[in-house]
Amino acid sequence: MEKEPLFSAKNLKFLTGPFSANNPVIVQILGICSALAVTVQLKPAIVMALSVTVVTGFANLVMSLLRNGVPSRIRIIVQLVVIAALVILVDQVLKAFVYEVSKQLSVYVGLIITNCIVMGRVEAFALANKPWASFLDGLGNGLGYGLILVIVAFFRELFGSGSLMGYRIIPESWYMAEGGFYSNCGLMLFPPMALIIVGCIIWVHRSRNKDLQEK
Amino acid sequence: MESLNIFIRSIFIDNMVFAFFFGMCSYIAVSKSVKTALGLGAAVTFVMVMTVPLNYLLYEYVLKADALVAGVDLSFLTFIVFIATIAAFVQLVEMAVEKFSPTLYNQLGIFLPLIAVNCAIMGGSLFMQQKVDAAELTSLWQTIVYGLGSGLGWWLAIVMMAAIREKTTYSHIPAALKGPGIAFIITGLMGIGFMIFSGIQF
Repeated sequence: MEKEPLFSAKNLKFLTGPFSANNPVIVQILGICSALAVTVQLKPAIVMALSVTVVTGFANLVMSLLRNGVPSRIRIIVQLVVIAALVILVDQVLKAFVYEVSKQLSVYVGLIITNCIVMGRVEAFALANKPWASFLDGLGNGLGYGLILVIVAFFRELFGSGSLMGYRIIPESWYMAEGGFYSNCGLMLFPPMALIIVGCIIWVHRSRNKDLQEK
Repeated sequence: MESLNIFIRSIFIDNMVFAFFFGMCSYIAVSKSVKTALGLGAAVTFVMVMTVPLNYLLYEYVLKADALVAGVDLSFLTFIVFIATIAAFVQLVEMAVEKFSPTLYNQLGIFLPLIAVNCAIMGGSLFMQQKVDAAELTSLWQTIVYGLGSGLGWWLAIVMMAAIREKTTYSHIPAALKGPGIAFIITGLMGIGFMIFSGIQF
């Protein structure tokens, strides 16, 4: 059998497919659980996106390597153990290097374990494919998830607190308190707005990709 | 009084779905008919009432710093212990239901094993751990009340959502918003409605 190059067109498709046409959040509707609460600001959203990408990538890789040795009756518990071990690693790294953000993310780091994207990709892809392709698929899905997180966080931080990554974007002098005309939209900081923004992203995305629309 | 407060708080103010987005995947996927929503909500509530106190006991007497052996802190193992308890418990429930009530088992079908990866249940246990550390939950009884309240809150949310979605089948929704899009926006609006409960105390 001819050996395939590492970044062949087919493999690259596993990586880039989940960005738009097969996006885990807005097309497959997976992994919303642990996602939206971390999008009040851009920084925790980016950290969360990277953590999930690492976990999906490596969970896919490990399960793909083990796929022929695990009886299918006990596969769920094996998957949970692999994923939980990876999440513990990520949690310890976050606590060691970015303690402040890790405090902000609180229980949501632990919830990566029950993030449906990780389980979903392992079940649907890694158990039937070679390790390298599975690794790319995991990374792609993690990044596709991160993309939505960053878009939501961008709008919520910009309109909710007038800053991005903690840096002020809307000048102080515009605010009512300084005699200006502007005030922050406080509603953006509340959880329901994250859902409404995702709803709008789905709306925009599906009006551009007509084949995804439900009949 | 303290317990009543925890109960009301976990149903309405800290509602699993509207305040924390827990269990959103099955919430969006299963809320198409009221009947299945009722069944799943009941199962989730039951598993939650059992696993939150169970995990509390494990955390308090095994994992916490100095709990098992003085000077040993096993709390980095919480994630794996909690998920193992939940997965094992769900497996037990599945086997019990299959043995004693095959009709119910067939009705619930695939949703039963999927409860293991429902974020609401794991989230309930993780929040319990946080609240125990912050001394907001101090006894086994309070964790039972907290588990029950959180489960009922999730149940309430998914049944309400299913009822609304049954009605929306007759409305004219823009083609691109049909399905998940409108479900997200409805949930957001319901969440804004639930914000009126914040601040209620007994």
